[in-house]
Amino acid sequence: MSRAASPARPWPLSRAAVHLVLILYAALCLGPVLLVVGNSFKSRAAIFGAPLSLPGPATFDLVGYKTVLGQGAFLHYFANSLIVTVGSLAAVLLFGAMAAFALSEYRFPGNRLLGLFLSLGIMVPIRLGTVAILNMMVATHLVNTHLALILIYTAQGLPIAVFILSEFMQGVSKDLKDAGRIDGLSEYTIFFRLVLPLVRPAVATVAVFTMIPIWNDLWFPLIVAPGEATKTVTLGAQVFIGQFVTNWNAVLAALTLAVLPVLVLYLLFSRQLIRGITAGAVK
Amino acid sequence: MGSLSLSAISKSFGVVDVLKGVDLDVAAGEFVVFVGPSGCGKSTLLRVIAGLDEQTSGDLRIDGLLMNSVPPAKRGIAMVFQSYALYPHLTVARNMGLALSQEGIAAADIKRRVETASALLRLDALLDRRPAELSGGQRQRVAIGRAIVRQPSLFLFDEPLSNLDAALRAGTRIEIAKLHRQLGATMVYVTHDQVEAMTLADKIVVLRGGIVEQVGRPLELYARPANLFVAGFIGSPTMNFIGGDSAARLRAATIGVRPEHLLVAPESAGAGAWIGAVSHAERLGADTMLYVDVPEVDVLGAGMLTARILGDIDYAVGDRVGLTPQAGKVYRFDDDGNSIAA
Ligand SMILES: Nc1ncnc2c1ncn2[C@@H]1O[C@H](COP(=O)(O)OP(=O)(O)O)[C@@H](O)[C@H]1O
Ligand SMILES: [Mg+2]
Repeated sequence: MSRAASPARPWPLSRAAVHLVLILYAALCLGPVLLVVGNSFKSRAAIFGAPLSLPGPATFDLVGYKTVLGQGAFLHYFANSLIVTVGSLAAVLLFGAMAAFALSEYRFPGNRLLGLFLSLGIMVPIRLGTVAILNMMVATHLVNTHLALILIYTAQGLPIAVFILSEFMQGVSKDLKDAGRIDGLSEYTIFFRLVLPLVRPAVATVAVFTMIPIWNDLWFPLIVAPGEATKTVTLGAQVFIGQFVTNWNAVLAALTLAVLPVLVLYLLFSRQLIRGITAGAVK
Repeated sequence: MGSLSLSAISKSFGVVDVLKGVDLDVAAGEFVVFVGPSGCGKSTLLRVIAGLDEQTSGDLRIDGLLMNSVPPAKRGIAMVFQSYALYPHLTVARNMGLALSQEGIAAADIKRRVETASALLRLDALLDRRPAELSGGQRQRVAIGRAIVRQPSLFLFDEPLSNLDAALRAGTRIEIAKLHRQLGATMVYVTHDQVEAMTLADKIVVLRGGIVEQVGRPLELYARPANLFVAGFIGSPTMNFIGGDSAARLRAATIGVRPEHLLVAPESAGAGAWIGAVSHAERLGADTMLYVDVPEVDVLGAGMLTARILGDIDYAVGDRVGLTPQAGKVYRFDDDGNSIAA
């Protein structure tokens, strides 16, 4: 009895080792980010003088942020990034979930083949098709539009979204969907009101995995939408990197600011989507 | 209202033939139970009736109207699932009312019908809860309530009690029987539980491998099974089947005796038809099951005869007993397993 209640159970060695590895990995991932954020608040001299030290009273300087925000276009780049990311995300989640529902719910000839074809996209990087994509965008006059980027990112995100979501949708109770059919719900209502809420955690996962590469992408904005009107924030930050002089204060401040919206979206998805009434439907 | 007629219904999934020509007529107001071993196609047949799966061939009529490829919501049916299948995001009241609001019925009418049903099933206190806040038994009552509210002419139940514990199962079984008396609607009920089938049914349909083996009133199936399969399936514990000389003497390939029709006496009291040693005894108080090893007799299956004696009779393992079938209670079967008329 007393032994069972004793609080400090010694950690087995293997558990300590696992934690050590995880802590090292976290440090490795967070280190550069913290370095960027820390240095973005320092004067130029301090950045080069003592790059690893935290900003102190002597070195604190907001000149980077002043430069970035003072340059009016920057907020505009932000808006572009948000439009493209949110637009692509919405399209990937909506069409991905619908395709996943169709593949997991309906039996039709070619069902398997279609699923296989869609998951092929997971293995083939979309950048291999850059030249063809650019040709298409030129032909359809979509160069330098938000739509061009949204279409590309939707294509890029769909395969993994369909793959993950159809796995989860197969797990949704067949009886529940059938009960809906007997009660006269349309297939759309069954999809939106019954199935989608039950796979919220999967949708949240897909959302996070889809969103981050889109927000961070430099390749496609540079190629299909480099114009001033459609420049995204990652592309916009390049303004401060010159061939001869680089405004490091501004670059670091721009990068720090660029992290914020993704962080907000991430928190939104991980909190809002996972919450909700998912238990108790069946059994 | 609510008659059902199936003619030559078959259903295949790809190359697998699950239903192989089912014919069945159900009169309005009848309580029909489908029984059969797991995988014999009971659920598939129910889903075809519901319109959730479409038959590969054959005709289905409800109230005389051809229902082939009519969507489930338009067939005048309601279904209760084994897994309850309640909508997790809706309250009990809205779960029960959803089908009605889909039909465009006025809110006041929906409220009235939900209240009637919830009074019938004692769900009044639960109307504002969500399914997650209910116990298993309560969820199943809500699922039944959801079916009642629609006032269907045909109720379909797919093993509705299988997920409940024994005590709750008995209570809900009685409740379903009462509902049938009160509503007078036609009910089609799938189960693999003997007791449910025998106690609820006006008519039992025994299925095996997608084929109807026999249709009849419960005690008719018990008294006059059409073949070995039905004889073995109806009745618990299962019938003893004996081949060899014992059967040949009665001009049959196999004979069957139900455990409750075997008279047991100690060997010393005079010879029985079959003599053996008690290998196991189950004393339940009200009755006693004896499993008797009879090496000289060709018992099919387990190799032991089962006898059921009323009351608590204290036989010890190893006691030698004589077993005699009651007069007129021996079933005879031919080479093909079909019953031979007495
Ligand atoms: N959607 C389906 N696809 C393929 N086979 C199925 C499908 N539904 C049922 N089956 C097969 O049909 C047979 C009968 O199933 P079912 O009607 O559920 O049996 P039960 O009598 O236990 O309810 C089983 O062998 C099952 O594997
Ligand atoms: Mg079944």
